[in-house]
Amino acid sequence: MNFAFSDDQQAIKRTARDLLADRFKMDAVRGLAEAGGYDDAAWSELCELGWPGIFIDEELGGQGLGAVELVILIEELGYALAPLPFLSNAAAGLVIAAGGSDEQKERWLPGIASGAARGTVGVLGPDGAAALVPDADSAHVIVLCGHEGRTIVERSAADVEVVKTMDHTRRYARVRANGAGQALEGEHLPGLSRACVALAAELTGIAQRAMELAVEHARERKQFDRPIGAYQAVSHRCAQMLMEVEGARSASYYAAWTAEAEPETLALAASMAKAYASDAGWRVCTSALQVHGGIGFTWEHDLHFFLKRARVDGLLYGSAQQHREIVAELSAPQAAAGVG
Amino acid sequence: MDLTLSPSEQAFRDELRAWLAENHPGVGPPGEDAAFDHRRAWQRKLFDAGYAGFSWPREYGGRGATLIEQALFGEEMARAKAPSPANVLGMVMGGPVVIHHGSDEQKERWLQPILTGDEIWCQGFSEPDSGSDLASLKTRAVKSNGEWLVTGQKVWTTFAHKSKWCMLVARTDQDAPKHQGLTYFIMDMEQEAVQIRPLHQITNEPEFNELFMEEARIPDENVVGGVGNGWAVAITTLMNERAGLGAAAAAGVRIALEELKQLARERGAEGDPVIRQRLAQLTIEVELLRLNSWRGLTRIMKRGTAGPEGSLPKWQWAEINQALTELAVDMLGEEGAYWDSPWTYRLLRSRANSIEGGTTEILKNIIAERVLGLPKLR
Repeated sequence: MNFAFSDDQQAIKRTARDLLADRFKMDAVRGLAEAGGYDDAAWSELCELGWPGIFIDEELGGQGLGAVELVILIEELGYALAPLPFLSNAAAGLVIAAGGSDEQKERWLPGIASGAARGTVGVLGPDGAAALVPDADSAHVIVLCGHEGRTIVERSAADVEVVKTMDHTRRYARVRANGAGQALEGEHLPGLSRACVALAAELTGIAQRAMELAVEHARERKQFDRPIGAYQAVSHRCAQMLMEVEGARSASYYAAWTAEAEPETLALAASMAKAYASDAGWRVCTSALQVHGGIGFTWEHDLHFFLKRARVDGLLYGSAQQHREIVAELSAPQAAAGVG
Repeated sequence: MDLTLSPSEQAFRDELRAWLAENHPGVGPPGEDAAFDHRRAWQRKLFDAGYAGFSWPREYGGRGATLIEQALFGEEMARAKAPSPANVLGMVMGGPVVIHHGSDEQKERWLQPILTGDEIWCQGFSEPDSGSDLASLKTRAVKSNGEWLVTGQKVWTTFAHKSKWCMLVARTDQDAPKHQGLTYFIMDMEQEAVQIRPLHQITNEPEFNELFMEEARIPDENVVGGVGNGWAVAITTLMNERAGLGAAAAAGVRIALEELKQLARERGAEGDPVIRQRLAQLTIEVELLRLNSWRGLTRIMKRGTAGPEGSLPKWQWAEINQALTELAVDMLGEEGAYWDSPWTYRLLRSRANSIEGGTTEILKNIIAERVLGLPKLR
């Protein structure tokens, strides 16, 4: 029993933290967010480094590492709030790798791994449309899945309508397949579970950063002649943030670990992680805003970019409430027999 | 990262599980004295099998268990719903203090009877005016003719009336700064000058006691760690031995959660969407308590010492146990009001969880100041 990262995993984490801190200084993030764009040069650089294919098999152009390594990268991408089409592309890779036929994998995964022909995933609503599909406007291929079916469709054949969300750091669209595309051969849920774990990791990184901003502010800002962090009304908020950040982190690491080591637990662990991290991401960011007081409510302060990303991540691929319902189902006594 | 048990950890757990299946003492009998005797017999059984003082070094009669083994031990005991042994405080607090700070004579005198349960230990730290601010305590010890005379009052003393020894912190220097004037004593409880009064809690059980000392006598050789070092010695007891407790606490609430799900089924509440949300949230938090505890153990093993983040699981556990018993009583509806309902007892008892062993507010202070580096209020 050992929760520690291997030396290689630690190296991945350090490299990612340093590189992203350099490429995505807050001013750069703000500039991209306000323009509604991504940093293409940074994306090319990450592609050169092989990040998009970190979890994809080597024979399909990836690095052949696992869900834990992916989670490490994504937590850091969340921490940096990097405006990049990384998560959407990873989600497509995860769903196709877990549920695609050999032919589908060979067709789509190399482009996803190299970043040259990106993918994304949307969850279909009852009306046959996916309301919130990250980066659908720029992806080459879109996987639409849900109770209503599972389709791999090229963007050019799909009906893609860009939507503006409160998250300025990521682009979204509403997508319909309109009968085009090809059915994903296998189950989409194992891949979607992995994508939820990735989101939980991103939320962990966002919450960690928001907590750090709050703690720093609470140390510096003085009122009534004292740093406000000396007041328990403020410091206990910060302690609560730590509790929730660590919980989200434990949940996402554990769920990532189950993906390969204990796949029968993945669905439950992934929904636990997504439910908890969705709540934690929002609560930590809102609490951080409260610690900042008025300045935290201004556009000029950076915190709102984190808060908005956290809120939208919380809604994407199932809300906390929806994932709690899955947890209730999967963890009920004698659940094993009832779940299809 | 490998979250499976290693072959040796697996073997250890299987051996313990098999032993527990054979030797589980069953549910304790009604009545305080009978229940205590039951726990004392259980302690002896654990000792005979080498499981008492499991974490202690081998040279002092323990097993020198690794942190992982301690955590597994706690998990298995909770899983089997084994009663806690009679001398928990001696094993978890008193023994480790004597091991770390005691002289060879003190180790020789006190350690073995702690493990066998022949001598029960209690703790005299808190006072009516000194709870979270323990270092402000007023109980006074004065040296006279080579022995110490102790006068004052202690409170929340578990098993005082069953105890032979009391871990007592008293003020020996009135003029020193408050943390420096304290001394750690081992006081013999069997003397007239120590009076015990049971303290009935909101469950109406006398689980705790008040202690009144009027010139109680303590020989000089019962000072542990030197005169004036009482604060440092007492802190060892508070910080130590918590490592495996998170995992055990997680296992305990996991069992309670299973009982709660059973209750939901019996009451036909399992289809209620609000109940389902609350049950799912608790399921997640119970699992996170387990994972956070194991992550904490990994950190300690890498770093060598327990850190202030050990405060998280205790806080988390209290919240979970309180939410869990609240949900149970909500599900019982009007019958949740009945005094003899076990869940009602647990609802009331759980209110102490966020106070005993460090209030949630103090734990938050520790996290804010020592983990996050926020400024101190004081």
